Amino acid sequence: MKQGRGGARGAPAGRTRWSEFAIVALIRVLGFSTVGFVLLIFAFLLREGLPVFFELPASTLLGRLWYPTFGSFGALPLILGSLLVTLLAVLIALPLGVASAVFIREVAPRWAREVLKPLIEVLAGIPSVVLGFFGMSVVAPLVRQWLGAPTGLTAFTGALVLAYMSLPTIISVAEDALDAVPRGYRDAGLAMGATRWQTTWRVVVPAGRSGVIIAGMLGMGRAIGETMAVMMVTGNAARLPLDAAALFKPVRTMTATIAAEMGEVARGGVHYHALFGIGILLFVLTFLINLAAARTILRRRRKGGLR
Amino acid sequence: MAGDGAGVKFTVRELGVRYGERLALRDVSMDIAEKKITALIGPSGCGKSTFLRCLNRMNDTISGARARGRILLDGADILAPGTDVVALRQRVGMVFQRPNPFPQSVFDNVAFGPRVLGLASGRLLASLVESGLRAADLWDEVKDGLAQDALALSLGQQQRLCIARTIAVAPEVILMDEPCSALDPISTLRVEELMRTLAARYTIVIVTHNMHQAARVSDFTGFFWIGEDQAGLLAEYGATAQVFTRPRDRRTEDYITGRFG
Repeated sequence: MKQGRGGARGAPAGRTRWSEFAIVALIRVLGFSTVGFVLLIFAFLLREGLPVFFELPASTLLGRLWYPTFGSFGALPLILGSLLVTLLAVLIALPLGVASAVFIREVAPRWAREVLKPLIEVLAGIPSVVLGFFGMSVVAPLVRQWLGAPTGLTAFTGALVLAYMSLPTIISVAEDALDAVPRGYRDAGLAMGATRWQTTWRVVVPAGRSGVIIAGMLGMGRAIGETMAVMMVTGNAARLPLDAAALFKPVRTMTATIAAEMGEVARGGVHYHALFGIGILLFVLTFLINLAAARTILRRRRKGGLR
Repeated sequence: MAGDGAGVKFTVRELGVRYGERLALRDVSMDIAEKKITALIGPSGCGKSTFLRCLNRMNDTISGARARGRILLDGADILAPGTDVVALRQRVGMVFQRPNPFPQSVFDNVAFGPRVLGLASGRLLASLVESGLRAADLWDEVKDGLAQDALALSLGQQQRLCIARTIAVAPEVILMDEPCSALDPISTLRVEELMRTLAARYTIVIVTHNMHQAARVSDFTGFFWIGEDQAGLLAEYGATAQVFTRPRDRRTEDYITGRFG
């Protein structure tokens, strides 16, 4: 802002000031409109979804059956389906992602690091429908053959595909966390006669643990909201996943339900409101996950004074 | 050369160090006496830290760093190709310029080395931690708070914790790279007193910018200087009393008397 004031580069002072004002105003409008749009979407979601909580008693909403055609809107199978697939995906992706981050940051030679990092960014850019197709045509048959299950379209298949999708997020966030660990910690470990691996595992990774936790949560946020790939590979049967065997049977997630049914509902009906109600729930869940991640980041900033 | 009949820990011959194309240190030869304190002084960029980091091969962690010549530790060349660097660093510990305790508890910091090297566990580990903290003159201050975060200690305490952590793996040599430059005068004094005590059991090599510190604490002093080709060299080396009162080299005299900034 300051440079513009005097017209230091020879432009007439009045004109500089005017364009400066216009640019600042434009940026301000754009910034506020982003916030506005988010609020509008949220308001819309509430308007369309809240009625369901008045139209149907809580006992119905938390029931075990989701048969909209027959008026039963039990969301429990969907909620548990989403949680099962998401948690399993993070459970698979987190160790792999952290290991990859350790490899990229601590083990790989520089040239490999420079190839791998952009490659992982590319991985994040693969459209989810492509991954869904891959899951359907490659992963699902493998799952069916190995497990002898009647179908390859299971919660486990979904978790595998979701794990793959959340890996780029987890790797790059965990890699940043390791990168932020001060060199002094590594030096201290090595100077004490610890091997490189011991230093990495016992010093660097613990020092970056809050970042690793954040990586897990962001990966989870990515996984729980994913729709297309999940819909293509999980089989979409709205049954309660209550035992271990449910892992290898079809499930249906909240996102897949909304995507699959929204096109066929009567606008303004109970079913329509119920789908938006699920949308609200999903929104709250992702919000909570992001909030937890943000809190961890804040706490780390407050603690890391000496770095 | 320094020696005074005492045992020699390191015998350095014609040591040269390059960072990529740049020659950082040229042709340094010196004997470092066992269980004495040897101070390395000189202006910034004269290669004294580089020299120090050669003694436990920490320069290996800097890409492009290469050392030539010979460094004999108890007669064995540590620059030789087959050297077990990890074992070397256990024998030759290091304390850094900036206190760098791990972001863990006081106990875990000192226990780190013994745990990693599999030296001790359980009660034995606890007693090892205690003796390390006692040796570093820190025990009385932290004995009631072994579980507290090491980063909550004062900087002076953190540096003594780093010394305790180094002692816990039972090294023979402790290298100190400007260990007091981040500390206040009182903390500095305590670390200096600690060094005098430790010299009874360990060979200590310290790099310092503080000439008073070198004069106060060390038995031998090496004075490094920057040659005309910008490479560091060892200009003078001898007993501390001699170097500070009757320097043989003109550059040493000018430096010590403050003719250079």
